Amino acid sequence: MSEFAGAIDFILHERESQTGGTQVGGQQLLPLLWDHLQLTGVSVAVAVAIAVPLALWLGHVGRGELLATSVANVGRAVPSLALIAFFVAYLGVGFTNVTLALVLLAIPPILTNTYVGVRQADRDAVDAARGMGMTGAQIVRRVELPLALPLVMGGIRTSVVNVIATATIAPLAGVATLGDPIIAAGVYGTEGRLGAAILVALLAVAAEALFALLQREVTPRGLSSTRTAKTSRRLKPA
Amino acid sequence: MTSSNTAQAEGPDAYREATTLELRRVSKTYPGSDRPVISDLSLEVGAGEICVLVGPSGCGKTTAMRMVNRMVDMTSGDILVGGRSVRARPAAKLRREIGYVIQQIGLFPHQTIGENVAAVPRLLGWDRRRTEARVDELIALVGLDAELRDRYPAQLSGGQRQRVGVARALASDPPLMLMDEPFGAIDPINRERLQNEFLRLQGRLRKTVVFVTHDIDEAIKMGDKIAVMKVGGVLAQYASPAELLTAPADEFVEDFVGADRALKRLALLRVRDVDLWRAPLVREGEPTAAARARVAESDLPYPLLVDADGRPLGWLSERDLARERVRAPADSGPEPVVDRDAVLRDALADILQAGTQYAPVVDGAGGAVGVLSIDVVGHFLAQGDTTEESPSARAGVDP
Repeated sequence: MSEFAGAIDFILHERESQTGGTQVGGQQLLPLLWDHLQLTGVSVAVAVAIAVPLALWLGHVGRGELLATSVANVGRAVPSLALIAFFVAYLGVGFTNVTLALVLLAIPPILTNTYVGVRQADRDAVDAARGMGMTGAQIVRRVELPLALPLVMGGIRTSVVNVIATATIAPLAGVATLGDPIIAAGVYGTEGRLGAAILVALLAVAAEALFALLQREVTPRGLSSTRTAKTSRRLKPA
Repeated sequence: MTSSNTAQAEGPDAYREATTLELRRVSKTYPGSDRPVISDLSLEVGAGEICVLVGPSGCGKTTAMRMVNRMVDMTSGDILVGGRSVRARPAAKLRREIGYVIQQIGLFPHQTIGENVAAVPRLLGWDRRRTEARVDELIALVGLDAELRDRYPAQLSGGQRQRVGVARALASDPPLMLMDEPFGAIDPINRERLQNEFLRLQGRLRKTVVFVTHDIDEAIKMGDKIAVMKVGGVLAQYASPAELLTAPADEFVEDFVGADRALKRLALLRVRDVDLWRAPLVREGEPTAAARARVAESDLPYPLLVDADGRPLGWLSERDLARERVRAPADSGPEPVVDRDAVLRDALADILQAGTQYAPVVDGAGGAVGVLSIDVVGHFLAQGDTTEESPSARAGVDP
């Protein structure tokens, strides 16, 4: 049997582990998949709850450009494995600690995208909104956020894919995700390692597709029609 | 009970009274700069008047306008809307009662035209029925198709978007409107049309309007009063268009209004405002001797042949007068014929275009009431007369 066919077989059918005594593969993957999704969902949700309001505020007052961009760069530069190791070393193992590490990983793309989205929102529309008597909160809610929403969703999409991929190292901190068969090949066998890798990849691709769809869904209708009329809109004299 | 009464006064049926606007020794200096952008500016705008702020770029005209709705905070002085300081209430609340139109329009791209127009009523918490009715009314008022209501701004032309901008600013029927180069980004043909439409609208609504432009011709056309500003936010002259053109306060204003200010005045006058020549009218069948006698009494060398209702048919020549009795047709046609309500500039253009010196002037029924001559116009301008009427009255007769 080729390795690939073996990996597929591992995904579909239970078998005894290499070390004996426990069943792995097939149905036994479901709890790992569930934990993986849960970890991703909680991490991204917390990241959204922190990054979106912060970036909306920074973007609205027009300050913190340096913060928004440097957070993004730092986020990209710090390896997530190091981050998890750091949390394990100082806070110990467990779901909460892994979640915290993944939240830190998820924040930068959301923060940067939201900030840029707000700053890119039609400044004339914002000026008109202020001039007609909207309060700051009303401007954010009715003008800046709707116009930034496609970019916000784009940031979340990037974060979700990153977190799904990175959650594979969670077993090192004591949370059994789909990363477990990849890390513990001694228990799951090489078919198990490849099978789990395939599952994680499929999960990431599915998440990417789902969020691409969502991103299109949240793009305001008037903005999607600007695409055809973009050239004429750019022609306004200064 | 009182609050519902106030709300009713803002409603679609009852137009609110226009308000007065007064700038009292207003100055603005930005922090970190020692040169003021507005220096000790005082202006009074009467209720229902269009006050145009005009001047070269950097003269602070937009800043002055934006201080009225506190988009820019003044450093000293005070601004009174309807006798009440703009600082007497929260900025957002003040702004909801002042219409605001900017050159870039700033429509909300993610909202339909209807939603854009409904923005201020929504802020004011109007119920849905009242808002819907007001939106329909405004879309018709600014001359837009009702079907555009559900379109998005990106699907509209520049002129249509500007009309939506005006409709949105009028939504709560504000007694005061601020307009910052509202037609600046529109092509010349549509700009002229929008200007006329706005003036006609103004004739009905009688808002107090602060209108910013850098274009002196637009200022002369739109303004009841014009404030010419110099760099540094100094008021150079505040006067009616005719005063500005006949008596510029200083060299700066004179330069700014242009060397052709005499010609510009023609746009402010109508044919009926000048002293027309009495026309030597003759009808068919009259003895030519009588026609000659009438010509001798008039300023004109030839008599004008008119029909039974007094409508001009043509100019009689020496050859026509050689006969015993006047016969039609006349040697040359009456063209150009000008209407007594026509703008003097247009009438003069017609005469020059036709290569003649004078033209018969007719009333609404088409009957000849006199003759407009280039000499008369020249003489009239030399007098320095400052006859004028409101811009919206002029726009009402403009084609």
